[in-house]
Amino acid sequence: MKLTLKIWRQENAKAKGKFETYQLDGVSPEMSFLEMLDYHNEKLILEGTNPVAFDNDCREGICGMCGLYINGRPHGPDEDNTTCQLHMRKFNDGDTIVIEPWRSKAFPVIKDLIVDRTALDKLIIAGGYISADTGSAPEANSIPIPKHKADLSFNANECVGCGACVAVCKNASAMLFVAAKVSHLALLPQGKIEASERVLKMVKEMDKLGFGNCSNTGACEAECPKSVSISNIARLNREYICAGLTHEN
Amino acid sequence: MSNFFTTSIGKKLVMSLCGLFLAVFLLVHLSINSLLIICDNHTFNVAANFMAKNKLIKVVEIVLFLGLFLHIIYGIWLQIQNWMSRPVGYVKTNHSQTSFFSKYMIHTAIVIFIFLVLHFMDFFLKAKFFKDQMPPEIGGLEDMATAVILKFKMLPYVIIYIVCIFILGFHLFHSFQSAFQTLGLDHKIYTPIIKTAGVIYALIIIIGYSLIPLVVYFTFPNPA
Amino acid sequence: MVTLNSKIPDGPLAEKWSRYKSNCRLVNPANKTKLDIIVVGTGIAGAPAAASLAELGYNVKCFCFQDTPRRAHSVAAQGGINAAKNYKNDGDSDYRLFYDMIKGGDFRSREADVYRCAEVSNQVIDQMTAAGVPFAREYGGLLTTRSFGGVQVSRTFYASGQTGQQCLLGGYTALCRQIHQGKITMYPRREMLELVLVDGKARGIIIRNLITGEIERHSAHAVVLATGGYGTIYYLSTLAINCNASAQYIAFKKGAGWANPCFIQIHPSCIPQLNLYQSKLTLMSESLRNDGRVWVPKQKGDKRHPNDIPEEERDYYLERKYPAYGNLVPRDIGSRAAKEICDDGYGVGDTGLAVYLDFRDAIQAQGKKVIVGKYGNLFDLYEQMAGINSYERPMMIYPAGHYTMGGLWVDYNLMTTIPGLFAIGECNFSIHGANRLGASSLLQGAADGYFVLPVTIGDYLAADIKTPRIPTDIPEFDAAEKTVKQKLEHLISINGKQTATSFHKRLGKIMWDYCGIKRNADGLKKALGLIDDLIKEFWKDVKVSGELNELNPELVKAGRIADFLEVAKLLCSDALNRQESCGAHFRDEYQTPEGEAKRNDAEYKYVSVWEYQGEDNLPVLNKEELKFDFVELKERSYK
Repeated sequence: MKLTLKIWRQENAKAKGKFETYQLDGVSPEMSFLEMLDYHNEKLILEGTNPVAFDNDCREGICGMCGLYINGRPHGPDEDNTTCQLHMRKFNDGDTIVIEPWRSKAFPVIKDLIVDRTALDKLIIAGGYISADTGSAPEANSIPIPKHKADLSFNANECVGCGACVAVCKNASAMLFVAAKVSHLALLPQGKIEASERVLKMVKEMDKLGFGNCSNTGACEAECPKSVSISNIARLNREYICAGLTHEN
Repeated sequence: MSNFFTTSIGKKLVMSLCGLFLAVFLLVHLSINSLLIICDNHTFNVAANFMAKNKLIKVVEIVLFLGLFLHIIYGIWLQIQNWMSRPVGYVKTNHSQTSFFSKYMIHTAIVIFIFLVLHFMDFFLKAKFFKDQMPPEIGGLEDMATAVILKFKMLPYVIIYIVCIFILGFHLFHSFQSAFQTLGLDHKIYTPIIKTAGVIYALIIIIGYSLIPLVVYFTFPNPA
Repeated sequence: MVTLNSKIPDGPLAEKWSRYKSNCRLVNPANKTKLDIIVVGTGIAGAPAAASLAELGYNVKCFCFQDTPRRAHSVAAQGGINAAKNYKNDGDSDYRLFYDMIKGGDFRSREADVYRCAEVSNQVIDQMTAAGVPFAREYGGLLTTRSFGGVQVSRTFYASGQTGQQCLLGGYTALCRQIHQGKITMYPRREMLELVLVDGKARGIIIRNLITGEIERHSAHAVVLATGGYGTIYYLSTLAINCNASAQYIAFKKGAGWANPCFIQIHPSCIPQLNLYQSKLTLMSESLRNDGRVWVPKQKGDKRHPNDIPEEERDYYLERKYPAYGNLVPRDIGSRAAKEICDDGYGVGDTGLAVYLDFRDAIQAQGKKVIVGKYGNLFDLYEQMAGINSYERPMMIYPAGHYTMGGLWVDYNLMTTIPGLFAIGECNFSIHGANRLGASSLLQGAADGYFVLPVTIGDYLAADIKTPRIPTDIPEFDAAEKTVKQKLEHLISINGKQTATSFHKRLGKIMWDYCGIKRNADGLKKALGLIDDLIKEFWKDVKVSGELNELNPELVKAGRIADFLEVAKLLCSDALNRQESCGAHFRDEYQTPEGEAKRNDAEYKYVSVWEYQGEDNLPVLNKEELKFDFVELKERSYK
């Protein structure tokens, strides 16, 4: 396969970036998208050019580190996958592929296609946990949890923290990410105790970090590699409204 | 609590409650308007005058304006924040699977706003403050019917009106179910019903409001 | 020579840990706040350790090379986590879990350490559940388990095929909570490049900020390494691209013993290499072998479509060779059988390096719906990666490097041979012996991090409460920083013609061919020669683009590969030294007439602990004799 790549190049956070166009020959349809970029980088290095920097780690769709905006979609044209799971067989010979970094005020570009997603950590740090000190836990089966609730909680917690929801949202909103954590914990009896405080703190932090507001377009759900449902956003709204109108502190 | 309505979700709560209230108003407005083509001029005038003069309705009117005002202000506030949240945009337009109308809420809102201003000037303000521009009263009632028919006999006006109503409909296609989502009302069984109801509601508004000028234009005699 | 004192407490096996806890030295709460601890790595061992230590009151500095601690590769563990809860009433107990682990490890691990791991397993499940890990449940709301990997009880807790992710997020959120409390300072996108010793004790690390390229100094009263394993030495493995052995190797060079480096588990069911540029072999859960049947064509080089090959021309070789366990033989046996059959020329696919895993019979017997329910997500994953619909034609699988049982030598306190340097999780060698039992990697990491290290580190630090905060402007730090800078500058200055990755690929090939599933003396000697050549070539011809003071992935890669080249030699030396077959280490020379692993307990019932002797000398082998007071050594049989 022969491809034309248009890739965002930016030296560092302060530099002004621009698109570079590259011609790449000899791409195999069996390659994953990132392997195609590896292949391209190996060529660049030998030509004496700096390779394209991009984040990646597990390359099996679970760590959430990779994330490229490919031809107008986070994680590219395939459904329910991360960039590392995307394969070149989804493209055609002669295609032009435009690769951009995630764009959001909360995710500043660090270099080329790498962005800083520590904002997502800050959201969890603000309150996305259960306060259970090591050693203090009761016997695991002392708190039964209805299976469907445990399953819903699990589904919400499948979020890999890649940030595709923010990247695709026309408002760069982090509601799905926050909703996933709030839902995961609010659905469990263990997490219920701190639920009000948690949701208030996390939403406050979310607003502070400069994410946009949700306008219920559903793009996040469509692009989430783990198909985290926007019904979690409804749950977040519910939790927040109840907490916000009744909380005493 | 004091900050609640300035947080992202608090603001959206205001948007959705005002929006739902306005949606109810649109239905009331439509039902009165439709009297013109279902019944006769007199019935329409009686209803219109009732709406204009009843004390209770006046109170509701204030709430209505407040709701509209908040809906607009909060909408703009949210939208500005949304624009600011992505200072550098993408070059490649987004191809994600999302509901089409949801992407253009602010754009449809602007058109609706302009339409509302014109609409107010034509009917509401004239009837309240510029009575000399209104047709003469009939039996102590403002002749709103004639005022409406005069407008709807002008083809350009009819076209602009219907286009605006379609845009209002687009706004409603997304907003009805979106309001419920914002309120956190999500349920495996009821949400699909709400979504369908939203579509039906938007269609009623589009068809209902468009039918009136069309019927007037094509079937009503020119007022003397 | 180092002295290897395993410091195993006295007393009956089941009482050792409680006796230890009752008698170990403690640090009082007021003093804990004066002590600093560095934790490198945020996986299923590192994150809980950092959080638990911070909860106790220590000041923790935590480091990871990813952009956030939530991405450590524990996230990818699929199958589950073992615990001796005996919820199924099938006769499980601490002892039975202990025995299964020690037998699974082919009797090459320490009894006391393994028992302790089994003993705290129930607490691990309790703790995770309390922290919100959504393990699978029965309709009655209670936790459920499944059986896993060659044991006879059902003791594996799981969360769909994402147990590692869920468990890790439990640790990650606990870590975040302590960041919120101000007890942990988190340093993401940092790579550890040197260990600093002061008066023979581990007192700090030198790291590189991966964004700016700046070299930073961090000091502490103790350093904990939770940096995972080194399976990426094969280049293609089930590990994350960035997993590396550098932190371990740095510790090794500073005097920490490296135990059993050659014990690497090869996972039998992974998506095989499909193209030359492939960077990774994705693991397909072992659970697939519950219903899938493994086969190859009876005829060599049969290129027919698998569905066109009639039943009588298929060789279900696992069922044929191991009638009792069939397709469910342990990992090492499954891997070896696949390699043997492919080496004999029966492999399938373009490369001939794959075998079929067929669900045809299972779909016929149970219906497609049932299979979708059991393995739907795995089938989807397979189709995504390999482009093959496994409902219609068999999957192709092949073994791949997976987990390293070997690692830094630690005593019962999880302390290495360097005082103040601790190693937890996959980074140490402690409990898996020569082969890891399925679903016990998460258990070991979490057990070390949540329950063992927080106690044992106190025993060490109790003697250190009078030591004030360690300054970073002392000569030891200066020297360490200088070494780091020199190495980095050297790498960039070479400016050769081959990329770092190309060396990694070549190293991987050597290791896979000669020090992989099957090893023999000739091959290992050849490999050592080849690696030496490769090392020379690397330092002459590697090309590292970019600058020191910037985000430079190539520089990071080159540094890691330089270390891998050295570790590879260690691995081969260890494999050469161990003239027996045990667990995952299979030497062609030492097998039973039936072709099974043949242990040599008389001569090799020890932990081989390698000690660094400087750049120009070969590492020295130390031996920790293993004593088995509570179990009888047996030959594994899965026939």
